[in-house]
Amino acid sequence: MSGFSFSHERIDPAALAAGLADVAAGGFVSFEGWVRNENEGREVRRLDYEAFEELALKEGARIVAEAIERFGIRGARCVHRLGELGLGEVAVWVGVASGHRAEAFAACRYIIDEVKHRLPIWKKEHYLDGDSGWVNCERCAEAAGHAAHGHGHPHDH
Amino acid sequence: MARVRLKYYAVLREQAGCGEETVDTAAADAAGLYDELARRHGFSLGRDRLKVAVNAEFTGWSQRIAEGDEVVFIPPVAGG
Repeated sequence: MSGFSFSHERIDPAALAAGLADVAAGGFVSFEGWVRNENEGREVRRLDYEAFEELALKEGARIVAEAIERFGIRGARCVHRLGELGLGEVAVWVGVASGHRAEAFAACRYIIDEVKHRLPIWKKEHYLDGDSGWVNCERCAEAAGHAAHGHGHPHDH
Repeated sequence: MARVRLKYYAVLREQAGCGEETVDTAAADAAGLYDELARRHGFSLGRDRLKVAVNAEFTGWSQRIAEGDEVVFIPPVAGG
C-alpha cells in the first residue's frame, strides 16, 4: 500500500490510526490540518482543494518512503482531502508509528512540511465577504505587479 | 511543430478558461511553451513563480518539448 493517498470523502482519523497498529511500536504521533476560519486577516467560510493527482501521488509516496528511511520509523501514512471543505474539517492527516517517540515526532513533522512544499496541491479560499482567491498565487501575483512591492518568489505574506 | 497536451490547475485553469487543451507548438523547450501560452491566455504568474512537469514528472524549463508530451505548469502550491 502506498503511504500517500487522496480522499474525496471526510477523513476518518481513528480508522487511519488503526491501520498503523503495530505491537512493536511504542509511540504513535499524528498531525491533522484543519480548515480554519481566518487567513491573513480575512474571514474564511470554506476551501476548495485540487491536485495534479498523478504527480502528487508519486511525490507523496516518495515523501513517506523518505521519512521511513530517514527516521527508521515502523510505519507512516498521509491522506489529503480534495474537493470542497467546510470549517473544521480535516484537510490533511499524517500518522507515524515508531519504536520511540522522538523519531515519531520528527518523522511526522518531516512529512507534513514536505507535503506542503512539494506536492502539486492548491487551495482556493472563499471569504465571508463573497470574494475568493488561490492561496500563494493571486495576492502575490498582484503584489509582483506593484513596483513598490517587488517579490519574485512564492511565500506567505 | 509538436502537438502537446496541456493540463491546467488552480489559477492557471481559471485564467486559461479550460482544464486541458491540445496545442501545436514550435517552442523548443518548456520555457518557450509557457511564454507562448502565457501570451495567449494572459497568465499573470511569471515563469519564476512556477514549476513544470512533463509526462507527470518534475523537470526543468530547458526540457525539450516532444510530440505527444503532456505538460503541466505548476503554480505555487498550497497543500496542507
